[in-house]
Parts: sequence; C-alpha cells; structure tokens
Amino acid sequence: MVKLIALTPCAGLLPITHGGVEVTEVRPERLMSVAPYAGQSKATSAKLKEQIGEGLSAVMCRAGAVTWFGHGTWLVAGEVALDGVAAVTDQSDAWAVVAISGAGAEDVLARLVPVDLRAGVFKKNHVAKTMLGHMAVTITRTDTATFEIMVMRAMARTLVHDLDIAMRGVAAR
Amino acid sequence: MRLQTPEKTVTFTFDGRRIKAVPGEPLSAALLANGIKLVARSFKYHRPRGVMSAGSEEQNALVTVGHGAQAEPNVRATTLEVSEGLEVSSQNAWPSLRYDALAVNDLVSPFLAAGFYYKTFMWPRSFWEKLYEPVIRRAAGLGGLSGETNPDTYEKAFAFCDVLVIGAGPAGLMAALTAGRAGADVIIADEDTEMGGRLLREREQIDGKDARAWVADALAELDALPNVRCMTRTTVTGAYDQGTYGALERLAGARAADKPVECFWRIVAKRAILCAGALERPIAFPNNDRPGIMMASAVRAYVNRWGVAPGKAVAVFGNNDDAHRTAHDLAEVGIKVAAVIDSRDDAKVSGDYPLYTGAQVIATKGRHGLKSITIRHNGGTRTIQADCLAMSGGWNPTVHLTCHMNGRPTWREEIASFVPTPDSIPGMVTAGACNGTFSTVACLTEGADVAADVARDLGLKPQTTVPAADDAAYAITPLWAVPGKGRKWIDFQNDVHVKDIRLAAQENFRSVEHMKRYTTQGMAPDQGKSSNVVALAVLADATGRGIPETGTTTFRPPYVPVSIAAMGAGSQGKGFAPERFTTSHQASIACDAPMIEAGLWYRPSYFPQKGETHWRQSCDREVGYVRNAVGVCDVSTLGKIDIQGPDAAALLDFVYTNMFSTLKVGRVRYGLMLREDGHVMDDGTTARLGAQHFVMTTTTAAAGLVMRHLEFVLQVLRPDLDAKIISVTEQWAQFAVAGPQARALLNTVLDQPLDDETWPFMACGAVDVAGVRGRLFRISFSGEHAYEVAVPARYGESLFRMLVAQAEVMGGGPYGMEALNVLRIEKGFITHAEIHGRTTAFDIGMGRMVSAKKDCIGKAAAARPGLSGEMRQQLVGLRAKSPDHGLSAGAHLFAKDAAETRVNSQGYVTSACFSPTLQTHLALGFVENGRARHGEVIKLRDHLRDITEEVEVCDPVFFDPTGGRARG
Amino acid sequence: MRITCPNCGPRDRREFYYQGDALALDRPAEDAGLEAWDDYLHNRENPAGDTADLWFHEAGCGAWLVVERNTVTHAVHKATLAEKAKR
Repeated sequence: MVKLIALTPCAGLLPITHGGVEVTEVRPERLMSVAPYAGQSKATSAKLKEQIGEGLSAVMCRAGAVTWFGHGTWLVAGEVALDGVAAVTDQSDAWAVVAISGAGAEDVLARLVPVDLRAGVFKKNHVAKTMLGHMAVTITRTDTATFEIMVMRAMARTLVHDLDIAMRGVAAR
Repeated sequence: MRLQTPEKTVTFTFDGRRIKAVPGEPLSAALLANGIKLVARSFKYHRPRGVMSAGSEEQNALVTVGHGAQAEPNVRATTLEVSEGLEVSSQNAWPSLRYDALAVNDLVSPFLAAGFYYKTFMWPRSFWEKLYEPVIRRAAGLGGLSGETNPDTYEKAFAFCDVLVIGAGPAGLMAALTAGRAGADVIIADEDTEMGGRLLREREQIDGKDARAWVADALAELDALPNVRCMTRTTVTGAYDQGTYGALERLAGARAADKPVECFWRIVAKRAILCAGALERPIAFPNNDRPGIMMASAVRAYVNRWGVAPGKAVAVFGNNDDAHRTAHDLAEVGIKVAAVIDSRDDAKVSGDYPLYTGAQVIATKGRHGLKSITIRHNGGTRTIQADCLAMSGGWNPTVHLTCHMNGRPTWREEIASFVPTPDSIPGMVTAGACNGTFSTVACLTEGADVAADVARDLGLKPQTTVPAADDAAYAITPLWAVPGKGRKWIDFQNDVHVKDIRLAAQENFRSVEHMKRYTTQGMAPDQGKSSNVVALAVLADATGRGIPETGTTTFRPPYVPVSIAAMGAGSQGKGFAPERFTTSHQASIACDAPMIEAGLWYRPSYFPQKGETHWRQSCDREVGYVRNAVGVCDVSTLGKIDIQGPDAAALLDFVYTNMFSTLKVGRVRYGLMLREDGHVMDDGTTARLGAQHFVMTTTTAAAGLVMRHLEFVLQVLRPDLDAKIISVTEQWAQFAVAGPQARALLNTVLDQPLDDETWPFMACGAVDVAGVRGRLFRISFSGEHAYEVAVPARYGESLFRMLVAQAEVMGGGPYGMEALNVLRIEKGFITHAEIHGRTTAFDIGMGRMVSAKKDCIGKAAAARPGLSGEMRQQLVGLRAKSPDHGLSAGAHLFAKDAAETRVNSQGYVTSACFSPTLQTHLALGFVENGRARHGEVIKLRDHLRDITEEVEVCDPVFFDPTGGRARG
Repeated sequence: MRITCPNCGPRDRREFYYQGDALALDRPAEDAGLEAWDDYLHNRENPAGDTADLWFHEAGCGAWLVVERNTVTHAVHKATLAEKAKR
C-alpha cells in the first residue's frame, strides 16, 4: 500500500554552528492550539490538567506542555479533547521550531529580535510573541542559554538564513 | 613630530605614500606626526585644508578609505584608527592634492557667493537639466561612491538597560559608577576608542593621581560590575520616543569576512544621562582655514594623548581662559609657544611665553601650511612666525540630543553658549560640560548627583562619593568675528564665511532657518557642530538682534553621519523580505519551473517541457491538461482560517455579504467580503466542517489582511460574538486536482474511492490520503470537475509528487500560475485584478449576494448613492474581434469612434489572456453600464504598448456558461 | 515609539499595525442614515493633543488595542484591550 512520506520544516537546513552557538531543529509530534470560549478559561484549565497534567499557563509563560500563544490562545504539545469549552485546532505542521543554544545565543537574538531577552528579565519558560527580522515568531527561553523559536513553516529557510548571518557576525567579533 | 619614539609601528599609505604610525591612533595624529599638514581640499572653493580638530566634529580632514567596491568616502581622519596596510586617499582634488585644477573656484570666489546658484542658473530654463545640473553635479560633493555593491557586512542590534549614559568623560564615568554601584543595569557609550573623554587629553590630577590613572581605575571597576556594559566606538546618534536611542558602533580592527564594519544599535533605556561634553568653536578671522590652524583643545589633545606635536612654533589665539591651558601644556613638553593672543584686555599671564592682550589675528600666510600670522594688539600690529595656530572661541555644550524631540536650548550669557533646556527629552537628564558645567570637579559632582537622582527614581539606594579634582574657573568675553576685510571662515566644511551670512541678512533671509538654507551653513555632513553658534552670532549682529532672539536652527538626528548600510543592515540580499516556500517548492524547481512572487510566496509560473521555447506553449499545454484530462496545482498559499465557536456562523454572516448560518455541514459556499466603505475586500470559499466549525479560504494576497479584519470584528466591533479564529494556512498543504479525470486521479491516492452521490459539487469532508487523514473540498476555480485535497504540511511534497506522477500517466500534469489565470479568465472568475479596492459588489455583478435579511460589514455604505447604477463601470467580458490579436491589461476602453483621450475613457481592462480553449484572445474589464452593452463593439487602446483593437463586450463567463462541467 | 501592550508589556512600534481613530468602536446601526455612516467612515478630528486610536499587535499577541497618546508630546498614556472598551 502507498504511504505518504513526512518531511520536517527544516529538512536539509539544520543544524548549523558558528562560534559556539548552535541551531538545531525541534520536532514536536503534536501541537494543538487551544482558545477557551467566553467564560470557559477555568473549565479549559481543569480539563487540560486532567488530560496532560498542566492547566493554562500564565500570559507570556510556558508551563510543561502548555505555552501561551497570544491573546486568548495557548499551544499544547499533545492530544487534547476540549469539546464545548475551547476551540482546538491542529497546528502540528504549521510551525518550524528550532532551538538556539550556546553562550552567545542571547547576543545573536539581540541582532534580530526587538525585545529584551536578557536572562535577568526573560527567564526560563518565559514566552515572547514578537518579531525576528521581518517575521512574526514565538520565542521561549527553555534553559539558561537555550531559546526555542517558532516561525511559520514556509519561512523556515528565511529563519535559518537570518540566524546564520547574525551568528556569523557575533562569532566574528 | 613625535614627542617620544613609539614602541610599535604599522605602515599605511596616504595617496600612495607609505607612512609609519602607531597602531590605533587616529589618522589625523599619524599625519601630523609625519609633518603632513595639507590633507584635503574644501568643498566649494577647493582651498587647501588640514586637520582642525581631534574628534567626530572634524570639518576639514575628510578622506577616502580603501578602494573599489569597499572604498568609503568622507571618512573623518580624526576618528579613523590606523592599522597595518590601511589605504587612504585624499578626495575632491584633481590632478593632485597639491595642484588642484578646481582651485580656480577660489580665484573667482567673488562670483560664487551665497545664493549664487539660485541667482545664476535661472535662465534659460531648458539649460537646467542639460547643462547646469550635470556640470554642477560633477563639481559638487567631496568623495565619490564606487557604484559597485558593497561586499561588507553591516549589523543592527537591540539593547535594553535601566540607565543609558551617553559619553564617558568625567561626568559620564561618575554617572555610570554611581548608577552601576547602586545596582542599575547601565550601558555607557562613548564614541572614542577609549573611555575617559577629555581626561585622556588634559594634564590634571584626580584623587591625587594622574587623571588617566583615575580613568583606568574607574573603567576597571565598571568592567567588573556585571550590570554595566561599556560600549566604546559607539556614538549615540539620536533620541527618540519612549526612551529609544539610536547608536552607531564602529567595530575595532581590520575588515574581515563575516565581521560587521558597523553596528547600528537601538537602545531602549528607562532613563538616560547625557554627558556628551562640549565642542570648542572657532573664531572667524581672515584666512583662518589654512592647514596648521587648529582648535586649541585639539592641539593639546595631540600633544597630551598621542604625543604628537602639531607644530614647531605654536601660537594660541583665544577669548577665554581655557585657551591658556594649551599654551601651558605645550610649554610643559618643551614645544615653543610663539605667542598667546588673547582678545580680552584683562587677560592674565599664564606662563612663560609672550602674551598679547586686547589682541586679534588679522592675517595669516602660507598656502599649503601656516607660516606666519599678523596680529593687532593694544600696542599695535606685528607679524609672528608660527607653523601652527591654536584657536579657541569658547565652548559649545553638546546639546544636540536634547533637541531631537523639538526641544530648544537656552542661552546662558556667562558662558556665551546654549545649554540644554531641562526635560527636553522625557527620561533624560544632563550633566557635565554638555550642561555648561566646565570644571573637572564640577563635572564629576554633577555626574554623580544626577545619576544618584536617577537611581533613586528607579527605586535603588545610591551613594555618592566624588573624588577631589581640578576646579579651574572658566571666563570668556565673546569674540565671534574679527573686524576688518578678508574672508573669515565660519563653516569650513561648506565654505561659508562671515560675508555670506551678512549677505543673507542683507537680502532679508533674516530668520536663522532661512540664513542656513541660503548660505548652506550647517548643511554639510558635520551639520554645523562647530559653526552654528558663530554663524548665528554673526547673523544676530547683522540683524541687530540678540543671540537668544535669533535662536538656533533645529538639531536633528543623526549626531554623526550614519551609513545607509548600517541603517539598512540585515535587509541586504535575502534579508530584504522573508521568503515563503510551499511544500511542493523543491518538486517544482526540479521541473525547472520559473517562480513568480505572490506576496512573500514563491509559486511556479509554468512547468516547461523539452522543446518548448515560449511560456505560452507551456501555458496552453497546461490549460489543455485541465480542460481535457487532469491538472495538479499547489494552492496552499491561499489563506486558510479555522473558525470555531457558538457564534462562528454569526461571525461569518457579519463579515460576508451572503448567508453562512444556513450552510449545511459538509458543504462549501462562495462568499464575498466587503470593506466597511462598501467596496469589495476579498472573496473565497468557506466550508462547514461541523455545526460550530468552519474553515474559510482567502485569496493569497489578502490572507493577512482578512485575518486582521476578522480579529478587528471580533475584538473591536463585535466582542459579543463567541468565536475563535486561527490561521491554518501553514498547517495544510492543499492541491487543486482539476479536469475530467480529477476523480479518477484522486481515487488512485485516496483510501476510499469517491463517487458523485457522496461527493457532489461543493461538498467537503475528511478523507484518508494514502494513510493520512486529510480534507477534501469539491470546488473549482477552473470551471472543471475539480477538488482541492489537503494533507498536513509534512506530507505535502510527497503527495504533490505522487499526484503529478499519476496525472502524467493520465495525460495530465502540473500546472502553474499562467495556466491557472487563463482557466479562470475563461470562466470569468475574479481575482484582485478585478477586486482591486475600487469596485463594489454591484460592479462585479454580485449585487444580489448582499443579503437583505441581515446586517454585514459594508452593507450600509454600499447602499450609498453613486455606488451602484448605470454610471458605474461594470465587469464585462471582452472578446477580440481579430482572434490572433493580443489584448492587454491596463488598456482603456472607448466608444468605437471616440477619440482616445482621457475624458472619453469608458473603462479599462483588468485581465487578458489567449484562450487555447476558445482559440481567441479574451479579457475581463470594467466598462460604463457594461452589463447593458453585451454585443456592442468598442475600442481598446493601450497607449503604453501602442495597441489598438476592436473588442466585443460580452458576458464575463466565456466558457461553459451553464457550469455543467464543474457539477458533472 | 513604544506601546505598552496589556499582554506583552512595552514593545517597539514595529510590532504594531495602526488602524486609526478609536471612534471605529462605535459602529452605527445599519439604518443609522447616511450622515452617521459618513461620520463613522470618513470624518475625523485632527487633534493637536490627546487622542485615542486603535492599534493591532499584529507581530505580537494579536490583541487590538485602544492607545491613548498625545500627538504633540508623543507621550503614550496607556493602551487597553479594545474588546474591553466601553461602547
């Protein structure tokens, strides 16, 4: 029987490394957007907790598998069923997700992102919906020197291009 | 001449001559150390000029660095660091710096006074473009550009802090120390290669030690503070709203691959402390522009900081106490002070050198370098041999940044200067010399005090301790211009002298802003940093007003010139705009398909086959696939919006003109969306996947616009609606499968075969595609039996390749944008060529789609008089009377016998193609009262392409008007 | 220019899309008449001073905001969620 072959958004583009900063592809299996209906935030949170162990995270934060994803919206890494309390939409294939790590990662992002990502301000599991170059992105600090960046799948190549140039510039200093 | 033998040297070239220098010193120091006084030619009169200052305010010594594509013109010799192999050339001189042909301008200068261009090149008018402008353009400007693409890398970056300290002299260092010690996040930026400001250039003591040692200690402490970031070679160029500052960083060292030459920073600071210091101003006296005449503070900077003597016998000319420091410091290191000429009658003796009081320089000699000066003093006149003249007209606080948000500086009489007006920039305070506070101890104290205030405001607990330091008084009696004949330069960079400014006043350009534009004073790259105050003082004198009444011109960013490359960093090449690629991109490229941009997307134009020499051949073939067999096209770029919630249907009823609440689950409907002003915004199909679940498609071009519009409706207009939207454009790879064999092709990849009964026209639902859960929509943009099949994007390339391979076996294949366009024109389907923003639902023949049963966006406005009726230009089909004659989009339409003038235009063509199906040229367009004119022959005229054709007005649906093919 | 988004905190102007006067919040009824619709669609004050307008945090959280600011001083007084604005 014929079967379709799956490709990842950054297939053939990653990893790249310059001067101790590395960018690798993250491959989430399942990503569902969750937008609670009017007055249903608590009910949504309760159901999520039951199903994946975490309720809705605070604005601009990630908690476990749940990431704040913009005004009234969260992204859940995993399968959920929230009939009636929230809109749930499959986003598993919509995003190119990369991790940038290394001591210079903050400096690299400072070349591209117009928000304050310094460790004292933007802490582990903080989330920023912002821009990287000309693209809308979601940035999460996942560790001391590691950030996760999500960009529209079709822009994966531009994301890698922009990161590559910024990384080279930082490494050359 | 160097005062000491340097430990280490490098070699660079100036106009090809090899010169030894100390690495890292400014080019100006290296040239002076080697006795090179003539460095440049002036802008207008090509007068010989030398180094004048020791900072970014330099007016004269501009050079070109490097060659070819990397050549950079107009670099200030005073800020350029010398490195091994550096290649420098002089500019604005031909054939050589010493013998410059255009120096003839200087001889005819009486005819080239201010306003010369305005008066001379008026007549005859036709001469301007052909003669005057090219000649002037060739003669104008300083350095030239290579015209080649710059291969260097530039960078931009963002930074954030609690406190931005601008300038690292005594006030700035104390401010940074105080704020940093208190725990604030501090960025201190200084444009010099080293921090310390004038403390590196003076001979004085702080805390009982050499000021330079104190600076080193302060910097060590700042470096050790993790909350302080020191940025050297970084000029803060502008102050903007909400605490945003622009800053240009020049990277140290030689150019290298990947290494940025400059970085343009956007710094966001909760507070800023301006400690930008002050700039010394010249005095206007006859021929004050000869090489060897320099600012007094610059002379002692070269001596004290770089160990370079700018001359063997130096005269000092000033109107203030500070000038005497130069004489004093020169004497300390054993350089001959030929004379101190002080314009004040009461000037005190400051050292063991001749002092002339009540004295002025009235003449200078030496064409390529100063030889002597003539002075007039209380005792008469005399000539003094000197190869360097240090001048000081007093100090101008560097108020520039405080004026970037419309602030105006305040005149302070006792220092004869403008100082910042408090609170000119929200969140910014000023300290030190830029505030008119000149003594070292006062600068240190003020820096510490304002930083402590700022730290307290931020909720910190600062402590201030100020070291002991020099507290010299500063007294000045203004002298702007020496009376008498001769050209007395004020703006050296734009060759403006005292007489030009008097002429401006005489011709009634009395406002300082008018004077500036008439004389071009302050309009050179230095923006009049050194000349502004002198110029307006001369203007004040000429107009009989005071200086405060005369006022200053507006200081605008940037403080120093910023290269376009730095401002546009990151946007070169592919950084210009993101590229969006479909999942089938690689497969299309493999077929040699030329790509066409659709917004940010790249889509295949057509898929050429062997032997095809023209795109039309490929396009006609691909249209044939769809009309006769089956074609496959990636339509993933269309916007797809997931809409869910109790009020999902109500939302659609509100944003579409037609009803969606009546749509059955498992069915698709075409919808038309208006702007609130009644014109068409977008169109597309929306499928109902569940009672409270829809998926809307938008055009590729309007996907972002519609998303924003829907959020606007939900959050601004109708927050009562409980519906949630999210883009799923990127989630699904979606392919159109169109043609008589469409179902047969799909059945080769679907796990459950399709039939007409369960999948009628406009049906939708879930399907399994080769083991993957997908979606299927039976919709058609070609008029054929067609589907759009969607799978999660990870499977997109695989499915596309599979569909294309199977289609080829069935006599079909992939089709691109050209064929897609022909197919839709044949069917009269609209795109944004037709719904271009000025057409209404009535115009495109969809007036009846505006439901009478409900309100919707744009409904009220669409009902306004003038937006419907016979006078409207209405969508029609246009068929060429001669089938092999091409029609063109953009052409205008006229009555058959009317003259082809604008007033006679009755409409225009929006889309045109050759229809291989109907074997004729077709077009869509708008023509007045068009729907009533079917059958009439009118004239198409394209003035740009010189096309005139007779066309028959007809229904826009040229092919299969009953739509039987799509339903069958 | 920076706007403090109620969700995201202070952000650079480049993340926002500017719509226009906040009077767009008060959409007239379908039958309000030509004059009311003309005012709603076209007629705007052009104040030298305080003003309120609508901005979309398009490259951020996707919230529509009512931004109160001053056209003379460039001060941005506050930004609030449009969906919570009084109508």
